[in-house]
Order: sequence, then structure tokens, then C-alpha cells
Amino acid sequence: MIPLSFYLIFAAGLFSVGLFGVLARKNAIAILMGIELMLNAVNVNLVAFWRYRMPEMISGQVFAVIVFAVAAAEVAVGLALFISIYRRRGTIAADQIDLMKW
Amino acid sequence: MIGDIMTSLWAILPVIVLALWACVLLLVDLWLPKDQQGSQQGESNSPITPLLAALGMLTSAAIVIARIGQPTMGFGGMMMADGFSHFICLLLLASGLVTIGLSHDYMKRLGIARGEYYVLLMFSLSGMMLMSMSADLIMVFLSLELLSIPLYVMAGIATPRPSSEEAALKYFLLGAFASGFLVYGIGLVFGATGSTSLQQIVAVVQSGNYNLALILGGAALIITGLGFKVAIVPFHMWTPDAYQGAPSAVTAFMSVGAKTAGFAALLRVFVLAFPAFSADITPVLWGLAALTMVLGNFAAIAQRNIKRLLAYSSIAHAGYIMMALVPYGQDGLSADSVASALFYLVAYAFTNFAAWAVVIALEQAGEKGLELQDYAGLGRKHPALAAVMAVAMLSFTGVPPTLGFVGKFYLFRTVLEGGHVGLALIGVLTSLVSAFYYLRVIVVMYMQEGEPEARREPWLQAMAYGSAIGVVALSIFSAPLLFLASQAVLKLF
Repeated sequence: MIPLSFYLIFAAGLFSVGLFGVLARKNAIAILMGIELMLNAVNVNLVAFWRYRMPEMISGQVFAVIVFAVAAAEVAVGLALFISIYRRRGTIAADQIDLMKW
Repeated sequence: MIGDIMTSLWAILPVIVLALWACVLLLVDLWLPKDQQGSQQGESNSPITPLLAALGMLTSAAIVIARIGQPTMGFGGMMMADGFSHFICLLLLASGLVTIGLSHDYMKRLGIARGEYYVLLMFSLSGMMLMSMSADLIMVFLSLELLSIPLYVMAGIATPRPSSEEAALKYFLLGAFASGFLVYGIGLVFGATGSTSLQQIVAVVQSGNYNLALILGGAALIITGLGFKVAIVPFHMWTPDAYQGAPSAVTAFMSVGAKTAGFAALLRVFVLAFPAFSADITPVLWGLAALTMVLGNFAAIAQRNIKRLLAYSSIAHAGYIMMALVPYGQDGLSADSVASALFYLVAYAFTNFAAWAVVIALEQAGEKGLELQDYAGLGRKHPALAAVMAVAMLSFTGVPPTLGFVGKFYLFRTVLEGGHVGLALIGVLTSLVSAFYYLRVIVVMYMQEGEPEARREPWLQAMAYGSAIGVVALSIFSAPLLFLASQAVLKLF
């Protein structure tokens, strides 16, 4: 059987890829995709922990489902916001949305 | 079984009432007559929606008050309606009511009066209240999202104004980013202890059957995630932009409500679940608190826009409240730590609402009237409003006889009892630095010539005077308030 640590390293890698996407990409949709990757890394972690540490309890799986649902709700609000901004400005590049400065 | 469900529902009854009320209000608002002439699409000028929203909050508050002294636990220990959550819930509901008072005329004046605004406010409030009750990390995450998602929309409710949309975008992107950290941290704690319930985490930690590296990593990520919400340096980047761009009434609510709920969750999770790891966590909290106070206060000096100034000031005050958390794990100090943080949250709420009420009174359409220079001559032209602002600024600085002074006094006492003299010193010195920019507002108001225009809207003025009187009066009678805060200790059932 694949040891638990493999899953954890994979999830950490996925989280880092998402983190890099958030920090490096300019397009707001790409940033949102990075955030989704981070949340998926969490789900891998949760399900792996559940399977290896307490398969008799359902809480790990349920938590993963809750994370999906919340991520979907967040994306719904986010995409609506992006569309509204895109209509007005013709761009959603995060570095061009800079009316306010330090 | 049925009895269990009834107890569980009973435990979160104030939140259920608020959320259901909001759902009904959303429908009721559709049937209210809309003012067609000259108003934008979907705009409603009817005072019925805010009145109904306020009634819902009052009902919820009445339920909370009726249950003070009867702690209940629900959903197998996931929710705890105890003294701590009652205190926080009442503070949050009061903030919600003040926000309605600040919003009604302001939203109409800016042409963004929409019925959904009050519904979103109530949903966000119910998330905040759930957060103060949650004794399970899953619930912390879920209520954080319930709190945040309506706030993202509220920040952007002044669309098509570009700055409001920009504020919503920045708040959304960084908020979603932060919740990724939070939930990753929760996942690690879940893996380390095999449970997300605070009670069971404590039991596992006592039995010694856990993975230390995972639990510390998890705690660090939870601090990061919640730190974004309460605007702690270095997780504060969104704060100035979101606070400046969002409509001022939303900013006032955001700065008080989200901070209160975030600190409620931080306090409950760390005081209940992680006291055993305080040797490792305290230095991190120490550093974050010090960094937040220093950076928040120094960055505020450079600000000329009053909303940005208050944004940096709110970052600095997150640092002060963070100080209370530093000695959270020391024997006999956790109660002091919680009490002083709660007291300071109340002081911060009153002071903040007083300041924002004046900002809202002076704001003109098209984001005019928000520069510091626009406050010149306020002392002569509108002495009452200038007095409110002066009281707020003195309270932020921590000058007696204001609530801010008493709050800082208790904070510093807690920190000193914990033996963190260096941190208390940083706190006092940064307070001195903050006096520079807070007093500059007073100087501009009273010493410089100008013709500021202020609105005379009855509810807005009532909120401004009420908060300012509260800041002064409660500081003189602070003993009962501190007694209430110290009754709100955190303990496991």
C-alpha cells in the first residue's frame, strides 16, 4: 500500500503550485484557479488522513464535501464580480486594476 | 434523538432566527413598491427593509439576552452557546444595528440603496455569530465563509463605481486565498489529532497520541488564515484598498464585525485547543503583534485620505488586540487574556463607529470629502460632529477618559502579567507614534480654516453621538463592562 506520506507530499506540492499561481499570475481567473488548486490539495490531505488514520469515522470525507461546496459558492461570487469588472474595464488583469495605491 | 436535535437547534436559535429572517426579508423586499423616478435599476428607497432588518436583529438579540447564564451545547459539541459567545453575539448584533443606522440615508444619498444590502448584512452577521459559537474547526471554516462571502458582495455594492468593484475584487481574491491557508491548516490539525472537535483535540493532546510537527504547522496556517481576516501584518495587504474602495458604511461594519468574529475564533481555538503548545506559539504571536503595531501605526502617518488612515489604524488596533493573545497559554492568565481582548473589542467597536459616522456625514457623492484637508474648519462649522471625531481620535490614541484608554490599560496589564515587558513597551511607544496622526486630525478640524459640508441625517447623527457618548460614559463606568467580559471566560463543557 502507498504510504500516507506520499499523499501528504503530493498535497503539499499541489498546494505550492496553487500558491505559485496566486502569487505569479496576473489574470484574476488564473489567480482563482490557483486558489482552487490550494483547496483541492486540502481535499487530498483530508481524504488521505481519513483513510489512513480513522477510516471508521466519516468526518474526513464530510469535511472534503464541505470544502467543495464552499469553494463552489466562493467561485460563484467571484466570477460574477469578474464579469462585472470586465464589462466596465475590458480587462481583469490584477495589475491593471490599481486605482488605489499604498 | 429528537431531544438532541431540539437542544442543538436551541443552542443556535439566535442564528436560525436571523438567517430565516434574512431569507424572508429577501422575498418581502421584492414586493415593496420601488421608487421608479430617477432611480437606478433595483434601487429601493423604502425604509421598510432596514426597519425589518433591525427588528430581526433585535429579536435575535432578545433571544441571546434571555439565555445569558444558561450555557448550551449542540450538535455533539460542535456549537457552544456559552458566556463567551453571548458576549460576542451581543456586540455583533449591536454593530449590525449601528450599521443599519449608518447605512440607510448614506446608501440613498449615493444612489445605491438596495434591499439586498440588508439581507447580506444579516447573512454576514449570522456567519459571525456562528463563528463565535463554533467549537469545531469545520464550523470555524464554514462560518468564516458565511461571514466573508456576503462581505465580498457588500464591498462591491456601489458598482458601477470602479473603486468599489476594485475593493471587492481585492477583498475577494485575498480572502479566498486566506481561506485556502485556513482550511489547509485545519486539515493538518485533523491529520495530527484525528479530530476537528476542539474537545477531542484537547483529549488527544492530553493522551500524547499526536504528531507535533503537523499540529504546529496546522496552528501556523490557522493563524495565517484568520490573520488575513483580522488584518494582521504581514497579512494586511488587502485592508487599505478594501476599506478605501468599499462604501463607508460597509467599511465600518467590515472593520468591526470581521475583526470581532476573527478574534473570537482565534481566542476560542487557541485558548481551548492549543494551550499545551504555547511555548512554541507564543513567540510567533509576540512577533506578529509587535510587527502589526509598528507597521500599522507608521504607515498611517503617511496617509492623507481619511478612509485609508482609519484602515491603517484598524490594522494597528488588530495588533493591540493580538497582544492579549500572547500570554494565552500561561496558567491563570487565559481568563485575563480573553477578558481584556473582549473589552478592547468593545472599545474598538464604539470608537470605530463614532469615527466612521463622522466620515459618512462628510462624504460627498463621487468620493469627495474624504481627504484630511476636507476636515479643515469642521470645529467651527459643525462643532458637534467635530467633537465626536475628536473623542474617537482620543480614544484610538488611548487618552483618558475614553474607552480606548481603559481598554489599552487592561491589555497592557495582561501582557505585563504574562512577563512580556518588551511587547508592552512596543505597545506604549507605538501608541505615542499613533498620537501624531490621530491628533493631526484634531488639529486640522480645529486649527485650520475651511468650509466643510456635512449631512444632517437624523439616524446618522444619532449613531455618531450615541457611539461618542458610549466611548466616554462606558470608560467612567468600565467596571461592569469588564465584569461582563471576565464572566465570558472560555471553558470546555
